[in-house]
Amino acid sequence: MTIITFRAHIYCSICQKISTPTESTQTMALTPELQTLTKAFSGLGVDEKALVATLGKSHPEERQSFRKATPHFFKVDERSFERWDDHHVKLLKHEFLRFKNAVVLWTMHPWERDARLAKEALKKGPESYGILVEIACTRSSEELLGARKAYHSLFDHSIEEDVAYHIHGPEGKLLVALVSAYRYEGSKVKDDTAKSEAKTLVNAIQHADKRHPNEDDEVIRILSTRSKPHLKEVYKHYKEISGHNIDEDLDHAVRLKETVQCLCTPEKYFSKVLEVSLRTDVHKHSKKGLTRVIVTRADSDMKEIKEEFKNHHGVSLVEKIEEMANGNYKDFLLTLLARGG
Amino acid sequence: MATLTVPDHFSSNEDAEALRKACKGWGTDEKAIISILGHRNAAQRKQIRLAYEQSYQEDLLKRLESELSGDFEKAVYRWILDPADRDAVLAHVAIKKSGCNYNVIIEIATILSPEDLFAVRKAYQVRYKHSLEEDLAAHTTGDIRKLLVALVTAYRYDGGEINAKLAKSEADILHDAIKDKAFNHDEIIRILSTRSKTQLMATFNHYRDDHKISISKTLLEEGADDFQKALHVVIRCLNDHKKYFEKVLRNAIRRLGTDEDALTRVIVTRAERDLKDIKEVYYKKNSVPLEHAVAKDTSGDYKDFLLTLLGKE
Repeated sequence: MTIITFRAHIYCSICQKISTPTESTQTMALTPELQTLTKAFSGLGVDEKALVATLGKSHPEERQSFRKATPHFFKVDERSFERWDDHHVKLLKHEFLRFKNAVVLWTMHPWERDARLAKEALKKGPESYGILVEIACTRSSEELLGARKAYHSLFDHSIEEDVAYHIHGPEGKLLVALVSAYRYEGSKVKDDTAKSEAKTLVNAIQHADKRHPNEDDEVIRILSTRSKPHLKEVYKHYKEISGHNIDEDLDHAVRLKETVQCLCTPEKYFSKVLEVSLRTDVHKHSKKGLTRVIVTRADSDMKEIKEEFKNHHGVSLVEKIEEMANGNYKDFLLTLLARGG
Repeated sequence: MATLTVPDHFSSNEDAEALRKACKGWGTDEKAIISILGHRNAAQRKQIRLAYEQSYQEDLLKRLESELSGDFEKAVYRWILDPADRDAVLAHVAIKKSGCNYNVIIEIATILSPEDLFAVRKAYQVRYKHSLEEDLAAHTTGDIRKLLVALVTAYRYDGGEINAKLAKSEADILHDAIKDKAFNHDEIIRILSTRSKTQLMATFNHYRDDHKISISKTLLEEGADDFQKALHVVIRCLNDHKKYFEKVLRNAIRRLGTDEDALTRVIVTRAERDLKDIKEVYYKKNSVPLEHAVAKDTSGDYKDFLLTLLGKE
């Protein structure tokens, strides 16, 4: 849509209002242009180019039409002017910042990145504690140690200190244990131990009505100290004994489900986070998942996550991002995704 | 200050050769082994092991294991290892002991710097193909397990920042938790295992100022179950580990017979760090130099080796 046609339409609408007959006017619907402009302001990130091209060259009357036609952005004030809805301006600020946040996060040292993400999760509260599980369980032992070091430098506390202080009860204990682990990373696994620990987990989960698995010391011990290869064996035996996958049986214990997934099938977990972040009506914290997952996984298992996403949601991640994101932010994400196939 | 003395001139090849000579043939020249290894620091010992391996295609440790025996062999074996590897071995032995010798675990977890503790965790993985916390958790239960695993996995902030208000409030939490028989173990464990050492010192000072009695004395009064005993050890190690080690030595020597494991452990692990200060504390407390007490209670090559590490020429 060119500027000329845009102006013509505004002109038309103004003419129509004043009822002064002019030369023949095209009665094109206002909707498509406004839709473009509205879209430039909606979704994840903003479409900088479209804003520059349309708004930048617009006349005052055109902007006024825009304001009048978008009641969700502008409300008519009692003193007869259209004012920006405050809440929406705040949301817009986040959208403009999305690109900046992605770039800064991407450029950061991975240790600083994880330390800052952890601190932010602690500050935001219970809905964000899953990020602590994410960091503790999907990083390698050395990466997690690095994050703990960076946390010292950035915040003058140890990460386990802050987690233990802010999060109480069994959830806190689980998180402190996960965040303090330094798991063995070799492949050596003892099969009978794996089998007996699988039995322990089956029992704990089956008796969830008597005692929440979160409060079972053995469950925490197994999940927070055993190596990932060992846990893969445990999950295998779990499935043989109970007939289900362990994460399916943990639907009522969210933190444990995340733990179990992050430890051995991180692609499943990350694919879910991405899917939620790309929905239309989600909480602003969930939207940040898109940047976080892509920036933190682009250099490791993004390929597997993309495959899992396609298998599980039927549409490719790239397509979904094209649909839901705008501008520099969208281009940045797609570039990150395109690296390494 | 360390008690270990090393000569000015050092050649790992010469030492390796001399050690080879000491081990070849019938019998072993223990005196030579003591006079060489007893006067080499960790870096030098590492180089000697390498030189020995290169020249003779065998591990010096294995050779000494086969040539020596008893308490002397145990002491020399522990001495030659890298400090992190050594602590990993000590931790493993402590865990496997029935009833888990938790004092050793607590010593390692609370006295080492955060970096050194992590080095021990790495060394443990290399040696035993499990993580330290994995084995520790599998061999302990209940509150003791929670306390020990928390201590061993901590990576404390090691700067000097202190929050005075927090110190006061956590001193109160500790006081209430100890006084109240329905123990809130979780809060005690949280504070003792996550706070930085400088923060904890401030907390203990507040405790003493507010309640007129030091926190370690309070624990001594209150009870004797394993968990409380362990807490007592934790606090003593955090507060003043030299005094703690003096007591370990005193108990090791005084006991009917001698607790050679404890004696070896303290001397071997502290000789390059602060054994001199511990000796001073020992002398002040017992009016007898540590060397005399050790000489009286031990014999043979084992005695000579310990005395060498204690600073004998």
